[in-house]
Amino acid sequence: MEEKGENEKKYLFDNPRNVKILLRSFFSSLVVLLIIEFFVHKHPHFGCEGWLEFYAVYGFVACVALVLAAKYILRPIMKRREDYYD
Amino acid sequence: MISTVPPAFIFIIGGLLVPFIKGKWKSAYMLLIPVVGFINLISIPEGTHWVVRFLEWDLVFGRIDRLSLLFGYIFHLISFIAILYALHVKDDLQHVAGLVYAGSALGVVFAGDLFSFFVFWEMLTVSSIFLIWARRTRAAQGAGFRYLLVHAAGGLCLLAGIVLHVNQTGSIDFGYIGLNGLATYFIFFGFGINCAWPILHPWLTDAYPEATITGTIFMSAFTTKCAVYALARAFPGTESLIWIGALMTGFPIFYAVIENDLRRVLAYSLINQVGFMVCGIGIGTHLAINGAIAHVFNDVLFKALLFMSMGAVMYRTGKINGTALGGLYRTMPLTCIFCMVGAASISAFPLFSGFVSKSMVMDAAAGGHMTGVWFLLLFASAGVFHHAGIKIPFFAFFGHDSGMRPKEAPLNMLLAMGIAAFLCIFIGSFPGPLYSLLPYPVDYVPYTMPHVVGQTQLLFFSALAFSLLLLSGIYPGEQRCINLDSDWFYRKGARVFYYVMDKSFNSLCRVSDRVFVGGLAGYLGRVSRDGPTRAALLALVPAWVIGGATGEKMAVKKANLRTALRTGTSPVGITAAIATIFLVVVFLLL
Repeated sequence: MEEKGENEKKYLFDNPRNVKILLRSFFSSLVVLLIIEFFVHKHPHFGCEGWLEFYAVYGFVACVALVLAAKYILRPIMKRREDYYD
Repeated sequence: MISTVPPAFIFIIGGLLVPFIKGKWKSAYMLLIPVVGFINLISIPEGTHWVVRFLEWDLVFGRIDRLSLLFGYIFHLISFIAILYALHVKDDLQHVAGLVYAGSALGVVFAGDLFSFFVFWEMLTVSSIFLIWARRTRAAQGAGFRYLLVHAAGGLCLLAGIVLHVNQTGSIDFGYIGLNGLATYFIFFGFGINCAWPILHPWLTDAYPEATITGTIFMSAFTTKCAVYALARAFPGTESLIWIGALMTGFPIFYAVIENDLRRVLAYSLINQVGFMVCGIGIGTHLAINGAIAHVFNDVLFKALLFMSMGAVMYRTGKINGTALGGLYRTMPLTCIFCMVGAASISAFPLFSGFVSKSMVMDAAAGGHMTGVWFLLLFASAGVFHHAGIKIPFFAFFGHDSGMRPKEAPLNMLLAMGIAAFLCIFIGSFPGPLYSLLPYPVDYVPYTMPHVVGQTQLLFFSALAFSLLLLSGIYPGEQRCINLDSDWFYRKGARVFYYVMDKSFNSLCRVSDRVFVGGLAGYLGRVSRDGPTRAALLALVPAWVIGGATGEKMAVKKANLRTALRTGTSPVGITAAIATIFLVVVFLLL
């Protein structure tokens, strides 16, 4: 397998400008998604489902909670050396 | 009318013949098996076929209805893809095992009786284990043995249930069973072990990442899906399945976040996806069952696609840990794109396959006003995007530059991934054909404005959370470590068991050796050797004393007697006297 060369060509995200464009379009799509909700007529099954920006907030909070719980609760309890069972 | 055969037989017999086909025809032959199988399958009319009388029972090798047919279609499809992906492999063992495994899965879904069902169910385990051992590493060997033991236990549990059930009902028909009594609980748990229910699940996350690169593709498709089929057939609408499924969607994502081995991350997400199916079967409405079965179809494709992309990475780089990979999009762009299609599908992005099936289960839960379950499923939807949707592609193909510049995946792998990726997008964009195959008529429209916007928001803001956590350094870095799971109980427990057995039984052996071999046997030997001499001395010494023998003379007499008895040359009178004493002793003892 080849390794990274000295003068190899630049790939897509080697250029910081492209990373910036990607991030910008990502953030703007978030804003668009937040705005678009005002024009959507919802049919909620549960009360909270009808709350404004419910899915956006839930998705964000759920993932933060997931990562924090996994990192600060699960990992300290469950982590062992790779040769634990050997 | 083409004359048809049980679908399983084409794969099993076809698979066993693979080693006899040599050279360039081998690839064509292997690819032909699922094609012929599929033509055979679509030529079979719905109904019951191939009923064989065995003892006083009717074995049914072809119960063809809409439920079994859909599993049949996807199993043929994924077999074709998995075989194509594995064409470069020169190891016949893997090809045979893969095809027999696929055949066994078809045997399970088309079995109309519990006996043939059980035989094929066990064949699933026996054939798939070779896909693990074929990796030929020590870790794979160990994982394979654990896989075998867990499935043997599950199989016995199922067998016990089947025997009790048949005894009670007098019938071996395999249809709706429902939870009502000990027999049915045994069957239920037997299915549950193969379905990787919480706590019973670690065989999956232990063994799948240790299997061969191509073997994992087969494995991700069959065992758990057969269990889902069995639950859909025998226990639809069983309430406990709702919570079992919901838990299955929830707990693996925590593990997936901190796991380093990317194929193990996928194994955890496999449990997460099967959770949606189990939950749907538990809800039991037509919408929920349809959603669960549609999700089986989609999951087989996108999970295989993800495993294939990681397999390609592993094939080219020899590495699979998140810590060792990164930046591979540069030289493996197609694999990267296919991986992202799989990631988008599993995350249920609109226009990708997961969206049109997962939402059916979610809507069924919402329609039944199961608030807790619905929130858990929604949490799992966000979580799966987090670990399978972002983590997998990001750590393998983007993230830090590992400096590796491997070649793109081989053509056969790319084609296999391409077909799966195309189907993921096609089904996601045009769900009609899939919906038309589902067990019940479908009256469901996935693409409504609130649904599309809600789901997109959920996913994009999960992505935002990932980005912010990563940029702030809070996101848990990949570490070279393992994480304990419920297999700890039998991996460590087995050692305790071994220790206890070693100490108790081996101590018993040592004591027995000392008492019986060293002690009692020696004593008996001495008694039988010295007994006659002692008896003779006992009788003769008083006579010699009366005769006046003392001192040296007595010693000489004793020595002569010992020698005579040892060599069997004692005078007749003494021998007769000893025999008499012996008889008297025996008489007294009795």
